[in-house]
Amino acid sequence: MSNKKQDKGTSRRDFLKSSFLMGAATVTGAGLLSSFKGAEEGSGEMVKVMTANGDLVEVDANKLKAVKVDSIDLDLNELQKRGREGIAGKKWVMVIDLAKCRNARKCMEACQHAHHLKPEQHHINVLQMQEAENTAPFYMPKPCMHCDNTPCTKVCPVDATFKRQDGIVLIDNERCIGCRFCVAACPYSARVFNWSETLDEKNGFEETYDIELNVPQKKGTISKCLFSADRLRKDELPYCVSSCPNGTYWFGDMNEDAVTNGTTGETVRFSELIDKNDAYTLMPELGTKSNVYYLPAKDRIFPFSEEDKENLNRRNEHSH
Amino acid sequence: MSELQSKEEARKSFDKMAKDIVRPMQNHFGLNAWVFTLFLILSLFGYAWFLQLRDGLGVTGLHDYTSWGMYIANFVFFVAAALVGMLITAVLGLSGVKWITPISRIAEIIAVSFAMIAGLVIVFDMGRPDRVLNIFFHGRLQSPIVWDITVVTIYTIISMLLLLLPLIPDMNIIKKRLPKASNMQLKMYNILSLGWMGTPEQYKIIHKSIRVLSILIIPVALAIHTVTSWLFASTLRHGWDSTIFGPYFVSGAFVSGVAAVIIAMYVFRTSYKLQDYLTDFHFDKIAKLLVLVSLVYFYFNINEFLVPAYKMKSGDDHHILALFVGEWAVLFWFAQIFGNFVPIVLLLFKKMRKPGPMMIIATLAILGAWAKRFIIVVPTQLNPHLPIQNVPDSFHVYTPTGPEIAITIGTIGMALTIITILAKIFPVIPIWEVAEEKGIDREIINE
Repeated sequence: MSNKKQDKGTSRRDFLKSSFLMGAATVTGAGLLSSFKGAEEGSGEMVKVMTANGDLVEVDANKLKAVKVDSIDLDLNELQKRGREGIAGKKWVMVIDLAKCRNARKCMEACQHAHHLKPEQHHINVLQMQEAENTAPFYMPKPCMHCDNTPCTKVCPVDATFKRQDGIVLIDNERCIGCRFCVAACPYSARVFNWSETLDEKNGFEETYDIELNVPQKKGTISKCLFSADRLRKDELPYCVSSCPNGTYWFGDMNEDAVTNGTTGETVRFSELIDKNDAYTLMPELGTKSNVYYLPAKDRIFPFSEEDKENLNRRNEHSH
Repeated sequence: MSELQSKEEARKSFDKMAKDIVRPMQNHFGLNAWVFTLFLILSLFGYAWFLQLRDGLGVTGLHDYTSWGMYIANFVFFVAAALVGMLITAVLGLSGVKWITPISRIAEIIAVSFAMIAGLVIVFDMGRPDRVLNIFFHGRLQSPIVWDITVVTIYTIISMLLLLLPLIPDMNIIKKRLPKASNMQLKMYNILSLGWMGTPEQYKIIHKSIRVLSILIIPVALAIHTVTSWLFASTLRHGWDSTIFGPYFVSGAFVSGVAAVIIAMYVFRTSYKLQDYLTDFHFDKIAKLLVLVSLVYFYFNINEFLVPAYKMKSGDDHHILALFVGEWAVLFWFAQIFGNFVPIVLLLFKKMRKPGPMMIIATLAILGAWAKRFIIVVPTQLNPHLPIQNVPDSFHVYTPTGPEIAITIGTIGMALTIITILAKIFPVIPIWEVAEEKGIDREIINE
């Protein structure tokens, strides 16, 4: 009886180990190998592992650590280093189809959840827009534009906010001094500040800081939209993009000229999409060279709610 | 015989003068009440800052749509008023204007104390003041903040030198005339007098050094306020995105600085009983200076507000209307009328160019100047390019909180504390320069 149990247990462990090995071998062979140093004595059982360079190597099975690929514990320095470098060869781009947005706000929810934000803090904010008195109102999701001519990173006195090689503008809350010059400089109001104790500090959330997720959030520092850099590293779409129920978001790599719809999973040519639909960027006259494109709110598939219309009118009257 | 007599008279007159100027340094009537007031202000500040350090900037009324508020307005105000040191000592001094002689030290004391506090105010505004050294470890040259810190530091140092150098001959004069001075104090005077004996060689060196520093401080002073204006002008926001912000700020700085000097002159004249040295003549002259700088400021105000108001470009229109007739109108017109218009009009009348009325006008001008900095900093942020939505209603307005006001008043208290200390350990009027102007022999001055 007890033997049987043990057998079962052993076999499960073996199964788990081998599945970890497969994952490890395909994705992070090199990283695993480097963590071998100082491991226990060899068992004699050899396993084939593929390194990042594509070389097949044999190592002792006991020297493999069973780790889940997702959560390899990188220390702060490694996370900071890869976060500041970015992903080579990529140039991320987002396309937002305003005809599809019906103000479901799933993107806002997913984003706030992922980045541990308070209800009033938005990395992405769905705005109700009306350009002129008689023009049609529409909903407009507004993330960070990840500008190529960045007003925010220019003014940062300590290089706490910076633009990486793949075009993403990040914030390093390990270095930010909280001067809020970037908030003043951003014409899109894309940045939020942690004015008081953050949710992470309140809940005692103490993971290693990941610059690509900007979590844990820290009091006295800035937070902003990161194009979900942590998800991109795992070849996944940003939180907001994949949570949209209405097909509003396209996201992809400008170098590949391909963007994928977060709802349908359909992949199309970026250049064709923006060409055919007459895409534009927000306030191009400011010269920020945005990397977020909008498809006009033409042939909208939803009505602008009457309630929102009233609100919009009231606001317009108030501001005139 | 007559030569001897006149020499004796000169000696007497110099003695009286030195006595008059030195006496208030050891006469502490009313000082206790004043120090107690400062102590209260600083204690309140300490408590408020403790709260802010513990709970974060959330204890202020700041939020994501007004992320710069009172503190930054206060910073701009301090930098502005500090510029008066350069205006009086350098611009007027180098032009050979004589009436500034008894005022120059007061101007330098204001410059030093205000510039020092300006630097501190920035630290109180930081979300992470514990990381202030990151500016040195990770400083980036393309950030206007780094330029600002650099030039404010240089300005403070040069202003200190411009305060200390003309003190050298005075140190020699006062150390014999302060019977109640402690040994420590006398030692300090001895060190600061740098072995001054009044030789022609020493006179040559001191005049030359003051001259060189006076020339140096002009570009630095222009730089500190121009760079401060660029903290705003380098952004793309309505109301800040202006090409004349540099000269506009500098011209406004002279108004608040001259007003600050007038207030200090009045306070020292009455409390230190210096009526014979800070005379009606000097008040009349500096009143005319205030009219002049206010006129220049008026010119820049017209450019800054009427040109956009003529065009009513979208975005700018909301900003202009909010200032002229909207929610900011009261503060805006208070700042424009008392901080600019009133000094020009009233001080044209000879009756108004007397110490009493000038004290009132200058106080209103200072309040107007502070309000103006607030008007420059805050309304622009509440009128962003994109609408303010999906945030609490309180994000549509900015209401400073108690701790925020306490910290702001605290910084003013700090500046006044520094002025008080400087005015107690140093004579507020340069004795040797005033004596020299009266034609008293150098030999007598350096006896």
